[in-house]
Amino acid sequence: MPLIKCENLHLHYDKTPVVHNVSFEVEEGDFVSIVGENGTGKSTLVKGILGLIKNADGKVIFDGISKNEIGYLPQQTSVQKDFPASVYEVVMSAFQNKSFPFYKKSQKQLADENIKLLGIENIRKKSYMDLSGGQQQRVLLARALCATKKLLILDEPITGLDPVVTAEFYELISELHKEKGLTILMVSHDVKRAVESSDKILHMDKKVLFFGKTEDYIKTEYFNKMTGGNENA
Amino acid sequence: MLETVSSMFSYDFMVRAIVVGILVSLCAALLGVSLVLKRYSMIGDGLSHVGFGALSIALAMNVAPLVVSIPVVVIAAFLLLRISENSKIKGDSAIAIISSSALAIGIIVTSLTTGMNLDINSYMFGSILAISESDVWLSVILTVIVLVLFVLFYNKIFAVTFDENFAKAVGTKTNIYNMLIAVLAAITIVVGMRMMGALLISSLIIFPSLTSMRVFKSFRSVVISSAIISVVCFIIGITVSFLYPVPAGPSIVITNLIAFLIFWLVGKIKR
Ligand SMILES: Nc1ncnc2c1ncn2[C@@H]1O[C@H](COP(=O)(O)OP(=O)(O)OP(=O)(O)O)[C@@H](O)[C@H]1O
Ligand SMILES: [Mg+2]
Repeated sequence: MPLIKCENLHLHYDKTPVVHNVSFEVEEGDFVSIVGENGTGKSTLVKGILGLIKNADGKVIFDGISKNEIGYLPQQTSVQKDFPASVYEVVMSAFQNKSFPFYKKSQKQLADENIKLLGIENIRKKSYMDLSGGQQQRVLLARALCATKKLLILDEPITGLDPVVTAEFYELISELHKEKGLTILMVSHDVKRAVESSDKILHMDKKVLFFGKTEDYIKTEYFNKMTGGNENA
Repeated sequence: MLETVSSMFSYDFMVRAIVVGILVSLCAALLGVSLVLKRYSMIGDGLSHVGFGALSIALAMNVAPLVVSIPVVVIAAFLLLRISENSKIKGDSAIAIISSSALAIGIIVTSLTTGMNLDINSYMFGSILAISESDVWLSVILTVIVLVLFVLFYNKIFAVTFDENFAKAVGTKTNIYNMLIAVLAAITIVVGMRMMGALLISSLIIFPSLTSMRVFKSFRSVVISSAIISVVCFIIGITVSFLYPVPAGPSIVITNLIAFLIFWLVGKIKR
């Protein structure tokens, strides 16, 4: 049984169709990358899967995972500029739906572990808004990791990250996939890196242009086009 | 100093004003952090004007003011929240229409029934004499409920204020918590309005959090420090209004302004 199953999913913004008839599945243990040009509905699809946007038609079925067990890393947070929040507070908010009224000791330990794993111990007391783009991303990844033991849904940011940070990020995700056995669904803006790290590719332009194994994807015209046509498959 | 304190506490109305005032200042400061960060400050303003309208109608009909105005303002809170969520651009003007209409209704009702400008003055700018014996228990109970709910839902309130999309993604019913914040603010505003005045109560919500954000950088430190700032400013402000012939509301607002300027300066220097 797939962990996530999208069936003929349609998503609109005020009647403007943005995602059209998308069907695909994410099996447990998969690393699926979503690729496509800017503005082709990748983030929208992710939001639709998470239920942040109501679907106009079709279904998203989760199997063997409940809503509060998903780790989500948004492309951009809507957080305003001088929001007072420490790194630790942001990471702990992963547990918002898992204990009431206060956080448990085991959750604090888990947060500490993930903060360590991502190498952000030295900034845990700092203000989130004062961090660099790469640091902020690690904080949000730590938060996503705290929220899940099974499934990470990541929407890679495009702006503000230098190539070194991006490379580190991809390495980190691959590690999490291999060593922790996390299932990964990730929007990627770097097709070459996506192809290196994932098992399956979903290439979309409002609708699905390709969905399947990475080894099959690199033989397609879409891959050639995305990599500028000078890539030998 | 000691003399001032003991003479302040020798009046029943002062004791009532101080007890209710401290509780209201606490509630306003705590909720204020979320309201300011969510850019809901306009809602606070709107609610206080609706509260004024409801209050003056209640007084004209000779019924207990809090009992009438609380449900009215809570309903208004639902309405204003809907408006500002659904239409980000036109929200502000819709709120302005509602709040100025409520204000106008309140003034007309008050003028027709009492015919005295003095009353309107005390509603607009507050009065430490305003809290009657019958109000005081209801006020205490309501504000304590607000404080308890805030503490219980603190983690959720932070989460929903910081990143609503993430909160939704992990299954938090964000609408419920937005409503909770608005309803708690509505209760706080109604309870505090008589003393602070309809025109000034929303400053009790906005000022302390803005002040503490000049210096503090984590949510918890901002929440705690705005609670402290708010209570301290209230105590200073009400003492001044006891000693000199100025209404409580304005003197509390001015104390808050001075606190803001001090924190702003400290924030600049710290950088
Ligand atoms: N909140 C919104 N309201 C209306 N239209 C939107 C909204 N968000 C996105 N869109 C539109 O929907 C389309 C798809 O946007 P989306 O963000 O899903 O693209 P994307 O594939 O994630 O792009 P990118 O690679 O730049 O992140 C775009 O045309 C965009 O303008
Ligand atoms: Mg996107």
